[in-house]
Amino acid sequence: MYDPVIKACSHVLIHTPSFVRYGSKPSREIDDSTTPVLPAIETHLRSFEEAVEYPPNQVFIGNLHPDRLNGIEQPWYRHPVEDASRYGAYGEIMPEEEFLGLMKLADDFDLMWIEKESAPMIKKSLQAHPFWNNSDLGKIDAAVEMARIHDKIENQGSLPLYCHGRIVGCMHRHHEKDDALKAQVLMENLMAKASGALALTHLLKKSDIRADEIDLLLNCSEEAVGDRYNRGGGGLAKAIGEMCGCVSATGCDIKAFCVGPIYALVHAAGLVKSGLFNKVVVVGGGSMAKLGMKFKGHLAKGMPILEDVLGGLAFLVTGDDGESPSIRMDSIGKHDIGSGSSQQNIMESLVLKPLDRMGKKITDVDRYAVELQNPEVTVPAGSGNVPLTNYRMIGALAVLRREMNREGIDRFVLEHGMPGFSPTQGHIPAAVPFLGHAIDAIKRGEMNNAMFVARGSLFLGRMTQLSDGLSFLIEKNPGRKAPN
Amino acid sequence: MFKGKKIIVFGDRDGVPGPAIAACMKAAGAEVVLTVTECFV
Repeated sequence: MYDPVIKACSHVLIHTPSFVRYGSKPSREIDDSTTPVLPAIETHLRSFEEAVEYPPNQVFIGNLHPDRLNGIEQPWYRHPVEDASRYGAYGEIMPEEEFLGLMKLADDFDLMWIEKESAPMIKKSLQAHPFWNNSDLGKIDAAVEMARIHDKIENQGSLPLYCHGRIVGCMHRHHEKDDALKAQVLMENLMAKASGALALTHLLKKSDIRADEIDLLLNCSEEAVGDRYNRGGGGLAKAIGEMCGCVSATGCDIKAFCVGPIYALVHAAGLVKSGLFNKVVVVGGGSMAKLGMKFKGHLAKGMPILEDVLGGLAFLVTGDDGESPSIRMDSIGKHDIGSGSSQQNIMESLVLKPLDRMGKKITDVDRYAVELQNPEVTVPAGSGNVPLTNYRMIGALAVLRREMNREGIDRFVLEHGMPGFSPTQGHIPAAVPFLGHAIDAIKRGEMNNAMFVARGSLFLGRMTQLSDGLSFLIEKNPGRKAPN
Repeated sequence: MFKGKKIIVFGDRDGVPGPAIAACMKAAGAEVVLTVTECFV
């Protein structure tokens, strides 16, 4: 059997400014600061139109190629894309009011109440969406009086849900003494489910297969669905699949910090290649905890809070179709436990070893997709330009191997790398936001291959000092006929 | 250079990770009492 292919992908963003207050960093600062933090956050939030026109967001959904950012003066938030569309080749940017409706559709346990006067606005917004205009939105109709919402918030641990500056509902806890089922955790999990479902819906609409043809779902979201006896136990893959009508699929969740999507894609490719499964979806919803993570740096620089979007991704991995780019099964680069933790050790494991195995030079790879965090988010907060650092390291390795001169590093970065364009959503920037662009460019004959390199911070869980990483290469499909 | 010194190592995943700094410190004669790596993205 030939190597599996990535047949389709979707990349979505959801603009959730009212949830920035519930991000991990903002919520702690709001609770702990002696000066009022929330008013400062609220005055630095972007409108939906501003989020749509933001050049990196247009790259994310496929309306601009990442290289176009090199030609747009920074700060990019001051140079909006003219005639920007919320819909793109790979997905869309969804506004908050629609997403609240989608969250309610994802809610199987009445965890979320919508306030009666806000319900028509939320329902109407979602009805205007091409994917849900004929759907049963009865769940949204079951709205409640504001007095009951206030009672839940004041007396029973529920958290208010806001939209356009007013309370439009609330999120409940589901157990008084289970931290895994408190309101903030359930809100985070429900948002991951709903945004993952949005990404999967786009994937199914884009590819020419039915939902019931999918036989396995692998969720790589950054959440920890579970209860007090099994925090992070999982189940989001099937929850997302159920919402999208994947009735013939089973599924499970793959956890590996930010490198989760790459592990999930490698698992998917291996399972398809082995013949155990035929059509595997890798899906990841957004991370509420990461909203506003760098907001203090943005406030200090007087810029808008750019971490106001959730990200979602979905990929379809199948057997060879003779046209979609193949995942080379001999290209998997892994960071072994004994590899060592220096940047050079890591990049040697993830980039050089697989290239040597394939008989390729560093410069034989047309594009490297590394951690693609938008530098406009990270640099003002003192976290540096992560993609640029990674590209320089790969370029330096090429110099060490005498594939090019030291003076060629900047050109290497420009030609084989790209500016970061992804929101800091943990798993989302992990190389894979370039997959849509790569698949299309390879199909158009503009590129032959691309390598995807992601890193995971295992040490954050305090069980090991190890970090992690995984990589793979996709290349032009040779167009062979499938063997009988 | 660091002989007899107790060292706390604070590394960055996308810069120099903690264990790499700790290895250098130990080679320079330091006693590493804590090594932590953080991820800033």
